[in-house]
Amino acid sequence: MEPSVEIIKDLHRRMLRIRLFEEAAGKLFEGNKMPGFLHLYVGQEAVAAGVCVAMRDDDQVSSTHRGHGHLVAKGGDLSKMMAELMGKADGYCNGKGGSMHICDLDLNMLGANGIVGGGTPIAVGAGFANKYRGNDTVSVAFFGDGSTNIGAFHEAINMAAALKLPVLFICENNEYGEYTRRDKVMAINDVVDRAAGYGIPGVIVDGMDAMAVYEASLEGLDRARRGEGPTFIECKTYRYYNHHGVQTLGMKYRTDEEVEEWKKKDCIDALEKRVTDAGLISAEELAAVRAEVEAEVAEAVEFGENSPYPDASTLLTDVYTEMV
Amino acid sequence: MTATTTPSSVHPQPSFVPETDRELTYLGAFNEAMFQLMREDEDIFVAGEDVGLQGGVFGSFKGLSDEFGERRVVDTPIAEQAIVGLGIGAAVAGLRPVVDLMFFDFVMVAMDQIANQAAKLKYMFGGKATLPLTITTNGGAGLSAAAQHSQSLEAMLCHVPGLKVVMPSSPADLKGLLVACVRENNPTILVKNKRMFGTTGLVPEELYEIPLGVGNVVREGNDVTIVAYGRMVEESEKAAQRLADEHGLSCEIIDPRTVQPLDTDLIVASAKKTNRVVVVHEAVRFGGLGAEIAAQVQEEAFDYLDAPVARVAAPFSPIPFSPGLEGHYVPNAKRISAGILETLGRPVPGA
Repeated sequence: MEPSVEIIKDLHRRMLRIRLFEEAAGKLFEGNKMPGFLHLYVGQEAVAAGVCVAMRDDDQVSSTHRGHGHLVAKGGDLSKMMAELMGKADGYCNGKGGSMHICDLDLNMLGANGIVGGGTPIAVGAGFANKYRGNDTVSVAFFGDGSTNIGAFHEAINMAAALKLPVLFICENNEYGEYTRRDKVMAINDVVDRAAGYGIPGVIVDGMDAMAVYEASLEGLDRARRGEGPTFIECKTYRYYNHHGVQTLGMKYRTDEEVEEWKKKDCIDALEKRVTDAGLISAEELAAVRAEVEAEVAEAVEFGENSPYPDASTLLTDVYTEMV
Repeated sequence: MTATTTPSSVHPQPSFVPETDRELTYLGAFNEAMFQLMREDEDIFVAGEDVGLQGGVFGSFKGLSDEFGERRVVDTPIAEQAIVGLGIGAAVAGLRPVVDLMFFDFVMVAMDQIANQAAKLKYMFGGKATLPLTITTNGGAGLSAAAQHSQSLEAMLCHVPGLKVVMPSSPADLKGLLVACVRENNPTILVKNKRMFGTTGLVPEELYEIPLGVGNVVREGNDVTIVAYGRMVEESEKAAQRLADEHGLSCEIIDPRTVQPLDTDLIVASAKKTNRVVVVHEAVRFGGLGAEIAAQVQEEAFDYLDAPVARVAAPFSPIPFSPGLEGHYVPNAKRISAGILETLGRPVPGA
């Protein structure tokens, strides 16, 4: 099904929110205003946006260490996100989680995850709960190419397949596990080849094309809703920034030419060109959206900067749920 | 009904004598509690290796699948990380999972999901996640199960903030503590002791709860405090009886029942009364719970102690297979008696 103009606008706005939020975060990080690690999602926006537009609000998401994009795409509040990345009291996790553990359970976003492969078994558990309750909610596991080499991933996807759970597996193949090329650590060219070993359908989509991701996801989600079990979608994509931090070029593990080649396929540029060329959305309207998101991001930065650090008295709260 | 327990702030009194004359085995008490809990709450399900038709390798879940079906009693792949992850995701989504790891040793296979995920989600998320997850498993040595099927690894779990760790020492305690674990809104790990499956005791028929973090005075005494949990309570009782009969000694036995949170108040109150403490556990002595308890006792009751806090525990080696070796490995009444006599400065027979 070709996405409607409304869907395309939604994809565009979600991608832009991720891009501009992350670039602002990157600047703060460079200016030493952001503690800890920062794993930027920039370049991969079409994946999070495409999948999340296809999802329903009650569908759950498990995420990765590169998780800001998934929360933004699920409808995350940029102000609370920025405050959390800065370690502030008004952040999503009251400053206790930071970039790698950002979450919004009200949006059914079950958290970024600092352990590669750690989130996938949790998504399978959420999928189990959906089936147990007999509803048609689906849980979506986002994970990178690298995490498919980890035992927990294998255990979880096999369990989901064996128990026919409503889970959609979204592999974001950005060709690098941290600073190592994928083909050095994997003897297959397409990660999706692994799906066959679990007895579930696998498809490859252009992860720089939000519409393609959207369409494939919709199919996978519908299949899960019908009780036919999991689908594995491999999205071929690329991250512009380094594994961690804001450097893009001059790295030993990948060439500058490669980065520039991928940037020519930029998901936001491509979508904007496509819709303006087809006369679906005007350049003015796209510019207006950009201006709106820029204002939202500026507000988020201000919110984060003005938020206090958490009070020391909160250090030991929330270790356990108090039993009444 | 909630079992009577000693309020920790007061002088230790004997506690939790089940008001019943019905006898049940340790395993039977666990099984009965599972049936009763699952009848009470539709959100409770069991998942693990062989828990369905087989009813668990030791029979812990026997009959559950007949009554509750495959939907609520789920046979999983042999995949400990995914089993615990299944429980975490389902708990975050609002269910109340009981996931079973066949042997305590297999906790190590699932340690990322237990220690990095389950234990920390709530805190990392600023309090927003609730994890009513119970992990059940079977620990303890003495069955020639060798080094990968006999361990007592509670110290590793107690070291991780966010987890609660339970080591029941009797059928009645097992039932009441399991109920508390399953009703608890935090990740709990309940460790049954494999050598106690057939142990019988008085167990009330109705569903009752023993609160986590509240210890039990198993035996009252004045000369020395023995702190023991799991199967070591039984061995300590034998030792205490022997010392009473042969040496006229009066031993007090404190069973913390949960090792995280630990009922330090109860242990300290007893230490202040008897002035001597011996900690007994099946786990390796180095870095074990005994070290933590000894440290807490000296912090809270230093001036009351007439002797250093002693530890009777396993030596620093993997658990051997041969009965000829394992008999020397696991603490028993004889070794506990020797430890107590040493602490009291009395000659140890045969030493």
